[in-house]
Amino acid sequence: MVHAEGVRKHFGKVSVLRGIDLSVERGRVCCLLGPSGSGKSTFLRCINHLEKIDGGSLSVDGAPVGHRQQGNRLYELKEREIARARRDIGMVFQRFNLFPHMTALENVMEAPVKVAGVTRAEARADALRLLDRVGLADRAERYPAQLSGGQQQRVAIARALAMKPKLMLFDEPTSALDPELVGEVLDVMRQLAAEGMTMVVVTHEIGFAREVADTAVFMDGGVVVEAGDPRQVLGDPQQERTRTFLSKVL
Amino acid sequence: MAALTPAGAVCGARATAPHAGESRTVVPIRHWGRWLAAAAALTSLVGLIGSLAGNKNLHWDIVGHYVFADLVFNGLATTLWLTAAAMAVGLGLGVLVAVMRLSSNPVLRTLANAFVWIFRGTPLLVQIIFWGYAGALYKHILIGIPFTHITFLDMDTNTVLTPAVAALLALGLNEAAYASEIVRAGIQSVDAGQAEAAHSLGMRPALTTRRIVLPQAMRVIIPPLGNETINMLKMTALVSVISAHDLMSNIQDVYAQNYQVIPMLVVASIWYLILVTALGLPQSWLERRYGRGTAPATPATGPLQRLVTGAALRISRTGPAASTDSKG
Repeated sequence: MVHAEGVRKHFGKVSVLRGIDLSVERGRVCCLLGPSGSGKSTFLRCINHLEKIDGGSLSVDGAPVGHRQQGNRLYELKEREIARARRDIGMVFQRFNLFPHMTALENVMEAPVKVAGVTRAEARADALRLLDRVGLADRAERYPAQLSGGQQQRVAIARALAMKPKLMLFDEPTSALDPELVGEVLDVMRQLAAEGMTMVVVTHEIGFAREVADTAVFMDGGVVVEAGDPRQVLGDPQQERTRTFLSKVL
Repeated sequence: MAALTPAGAVCGARATAPHAGESRTVVPIRHWGRWLAAAAALTSLVGLIGSLAGNKNLHWDIVGHYVFADLVFNGLATTLWLTAAAMAVGLGLGVLVAVMRLSSNPVLRTLANAFVWIFRGTPLLVQIIFWGYAGALYKHILIGIPFTHITFLDMDTNTVLTPAVAALLALGLNEAAYASEIVRAGIQSVDAGQAEAAHSLGMRPALTTRRIVLPQAMRVIIPPLGNETINMLKMTALVSVISAHDLMSNIQDVYAQNYQVIPMLVVASIWYLILVTALGLPQSWLERRYGRGTAPATPATGPLQRLVTGAALRISRTGPAASTDSKG
């Protein structure tokens, strides 16, 4: 589903990604771990082209991100084509980024109605079903400011799912939450993983990674330090850097 | 919510005062200074109004005669439609220019910058005169290919640019330059995460701007735009130089003949005050409309409003179970 080879990215003179190799198979959950500044969020944002890569190759479902391949050449995509590609990739942000001027229901309905062209009635039914799935059917008419962080993040997950994505990206989805609200969001993600959604999750929740992930990837300084079975990477890390990091967060 | 009341009541502390047990009563601060100041202000105000009302030199009979005169109403109509139309042109074009200035397309950006530079950099009076006397500079308006004889459209300038059209163009274009900066500030005040979230859902830039960014920017845009509208109401007076007949021009025409300058200006002021007051209503309505979702509504500001909402609040506080909202 996601295939990265030697992905590079720099902001000005600072190299953020220095050759990332990574593969996520369909239906698998991949957790990206590592200290802040290690490039894990940047890499995640490259997958749906919120950031442009400067080198290497990155493809989602066989299609190179941000490009169209014809023979030996890659053509840069137009805005319209980039937007088209993003429909299939859901993203959940650390700061929720719900649209504050819309109710929870309107947040979830917005993209299906305005982007996918679904009728309002159909989108509404779909949205209510999704809100129910994340346990917020009774909060559909609330504005984001009237919801707790955990509830907002669950609405954000429902909003991303409304476009029926084949891949979900999570950018530290629980980092902005009160400790007691983390669980409700992780529960929804756990359920999603169990249903076979392909997920790439940037997280600091070691427990969640160990339990749910098929692959754990430890990143530092813009490179993958260690990757593999989470029990191996998190339980018995082979690299010194991974060990010092884990000893600090556990 | 009901389930939360035990904890909620303690930190809400609105229904019952803090530290108040069964036996103790809490005495709120008395603002004696405020009452004294209000009394002093009121006395001065009554005095001022009395002295104005009794002043023979103000010729209230003339004010009364002209305040509902046809001439004044005609001027009022012109002022109103010119203000509305110029603001519509200004805001429509202003949004376009603002989006162009923020565009990643260097051609659009440069064009927008040049537009703002010209229309904000030259005096409005000059712009009004320019459009009003454009016929003297160009006898015909031609649309065609430059430096060839191919033309698609040929119109007589003076039949197209009537004083009213010229006034509208001048005021609208000038307003667009200022409005574009207000809109740009509004757009930039919206968190970048909003556009990212919209993009991640597959929304294209234009749709993102229209559905997600602009509605949120409106909150920041409306107050200064209210200022602009009030300004425009009075700036329409400048179009008298190209003989468009707004309220102020008509007033000037009258006192040029009867020399009653002050009474006529009082008539004008009365009407401008009425219009500005009336404009406050749609503004507060718009502010509430675009403030949707951002926690409590804007607090009542006027003393009258405060009195009303204050009373309402007091009632709801003493009422059972003040609405502390559950967040869990």
